[in-house]
Amino acid sequence: MELSNVFLFVGLPYAAMLIFLTGTIQRYRNKGFKVSTLSSQFLEGRALFWGSVPFHFGILVLFFGHLSAFLLPGPTIMWNANPARLIALEVTAFTFGLSTLVGLTALFVRRLTNVRVKMVTSKMDIFLELLLLVQVVFGLWVAIGYRWGSSWFAADLAPYLWSLFKADPNISAVSAMPWPIQVHIVGAWLIIGIFPYTRLVHFLVAPLHYITRPYQRVMWNWDRKAIRDPRTPWSAMRPKNN
Amino acid sequence: MDIRAQTSVVFHLDKCIGCHTCSIACKNIWTDRKGAEYQWWNNVETKPGTGYPGKWEDQSIYNGGWVKDASGRIQLKGAGKKKGLLNIFHNPSMPTVEDYYEPFTYNYLNLIEAPPGNDQPTARPVSLITGEPMDVKMGPNWDDDLSGTPDYARNDPNLAALTPAERSAMFQLERMAFFYLPRICNHCLNPGCVASCPSGAIYKRGEDGVVLINQKVCRAWRMCVTACPYKKSYYNWHTGKSEKCILCFPRMEAGYAPACMHSCVGRIRYIGVILYDADKIEAAASAEPKDLVAKQLDLLMDPFDDKVIAAAKANGIADSTIKAAQNSPSYKFIKQWGMALPLHPEFRTLPMLWYVPPLLPVMASVTQTDGAQKDKLNPIAKTWQDNWLYDTSTEELWGTVEQARFPLKYLASLFSAGETGEISMRLKKLMAVRIYRRWKTVGDIPEAKMTKALKETGLTQESAEAIFYLTALAKFNDRFVIPPAHREQAMEMLEFTGDVKGSTGFGFREKPERGM
Repeated sequence: MELSNVFLFVGLPYAAMLIFLTGTIQRYRNKGFKVSTLSSQFLEGRALFWGSVPFHFGILVLFFGHLSAFLLPGPTIMWNANPARLIALEVTAFTFGLSTLVGLTALFVRRLTNVRVKMVTSKMDIFLELLLLVQVVFGLWVAIGYRWGSSWFAADLAPYLWSLFKADPNISAVSAMPWPIQVHIVGAWLIIGIFPYTRLVHFLVAPLHYITRPYQRVMWNWDRKAIRDPRTPWSAMRPKNN
Repeated sequence: MDIRAQTSVVFHLDKCIGCHTCSIACKNIWTDRKGAEYQWWNNVETKPGTGYPGKWEDQSIYNGGWVKDASGRIQLKGAGKKKGLLNIFHNPSMPTVEDYYEPFTYNYLNLIEAPPGNDQPTARPVSLITGEPMDVKMGPNWDDDLSGTPDYARNDPNLAALTPAERSAMFQLERMAFFYLPRICNHCLNPGCVASCPSGAIYKRGEDGVVLINQKVCRAWRMCVTACPYKKSYYNWHTGKSEKCILCFPRMEAGYAPACMHSCVGRIRYIGVILYDADKIEAAASAEPKDLVAKQLDLLMDPFDDKVIAAAKANGIADSTIKAAQNSPSYKFIKQWGMALPLHPEFRTLPMLWYVPPLLPVMASVTQTDGAQKDKLNPIAKTWQDNWLYDTSTEELWGTVEQARFPLKYLASLFSAGETGEISMRLKKLMAVRIYRRWKTVGDIPEAKMTKALKETGLTQESAEAIFYLTALAKFNDRFVIPPAHREQAMEMLEFTGDVKGSTGFGFREKPERGM
């Protein structure tokens, strides 16, 4: 077991996960105001459509694809037992991968060329988009060059990930992987590691609660009825808008 | 009956002189910041005109407000749970900076620091977004006073209600007329922005009905910008948060009128509490277009009614607020006298900013007369050059309402979802008060005519006098009736006093919990 492999596949993942957890909590609690999608649609709307839509739908499908292969390796392998289903899955995943690449490239070009969008671009935005581009390119390369990814991910990488979570890292399989796959894995840990300090945090505040919420929201600063009622402990009422 | 209190505003358009003092007062206090330069929480538009952002009233462009679906229920036109979440990566109906205007300043320093040369130094306009020199193509009030009429006034979305003949008649030089439409957030009872916010950052304050955006919870999903049909929710491109008029709640809690109203030169603005029945909101918002104004008026409850007072108290509304509702100038203009109308009720957000429609200039005629004809004329008519007559008089009582230079349909498209009856009724009331005062002070109008005018508009001499007082003579405290925010309990509005109870006092704030 090489030392560099231990660093890349054990040290880096644990560091990334630690930074992810503490960083997001710290950022949300201390700098909650800065948790935002930081949309730039106000400054430029048309090119955003051709970048943002393919990118977001693509990366959402890819994210949940990777997640399900990690959480349910058995069913994934079972699904892939039939070649028709395997090809259907791989082609779908690859299509969304391409859509991510196209969208991300469009977003990157827009960010670099539009004068107004440049004004709201930080160095971290550029770094993050480059990192994501590299990650997507390597992902597509792996999908073409090392088939069939959905099967061997479930068979070899899911156990590696599980071993990390079980605090008993087993990196023999990852160490033997071809280097493009290794780059893709390291890239993933890097993204997780810098996650709290990028605009990616908006993923964690995705507004899913909107679906169940009633449309209108009325908020009382304090409950006058509760305060007037001697039977209710008014200290139980907290102001909700702070 | 679920009685709640709403801080409601009335703008008396007959008195607006279009000076933009309100806009400047607001800008200086709230939006003089990076990312907010283009935002005008208060703006003044010339009507006819396209307004700010351009053609904001045209919901086929901006998809704001609510619409009724086939089943008769109301849905957000361009946002909501399905459309909002589906379009969350790119909002197809979001206005961009071009629809407002690119904020700019001038490079004044160049006037002082330019190196010696052959030419006079100039202060070039520079963009407040990019800092680059730019050509100023658009501003928030470039349609002011009908300037640029072919580009602005003729593109007013409300002209769709008129026939081409009526439209071209409006723009004949000798008929041209305009009035001003100052706009702030309407603090609606059925706000589209609140309903559209995926994060749930926007809320209506229960105590006074002010609609606010919690800046810490806003995540820039930008649906409120689309959903507000009045385009009064603005996206701050620098902070990545949406912002809107806060009705100067920090001032109101201290007993001051909002800055735009406080500074109003024409004294057109009135603010007061109105008690309304929240149970009726849904029915009022989904009424048929012709009933929209009437149903919205139905929401507003009589603050002197014992049942209403009891229900208000049961809902925890303070006695001082009920008293303010009884003195409210808004209640008088809107409900008691029935003189005000909401702006574009067909957007179905139940706006709580009401407008007293302007008495438009009447269509006068210039005719050549002979001496015999002149003798027959009404004494009000003016003559000059002996034989030329500029005649604004009419024999019928309400003739001038119909002869206004604007077709009533135009005003109806703005204020009553197309119901001209609602408009002419209010214009007649405005005229009746004038006829009454003319009878009283000048005395050249017969008493019978005055009595007829009051009777036909449902007014009495007392109410006409009260309208005259509140319109023309009202003092600060008559125009702004703001209930106390109960500062003695205001600590609870800001923070939880239980946290400091039993601790070492202010400053050192640790929860008085038992240590380990």
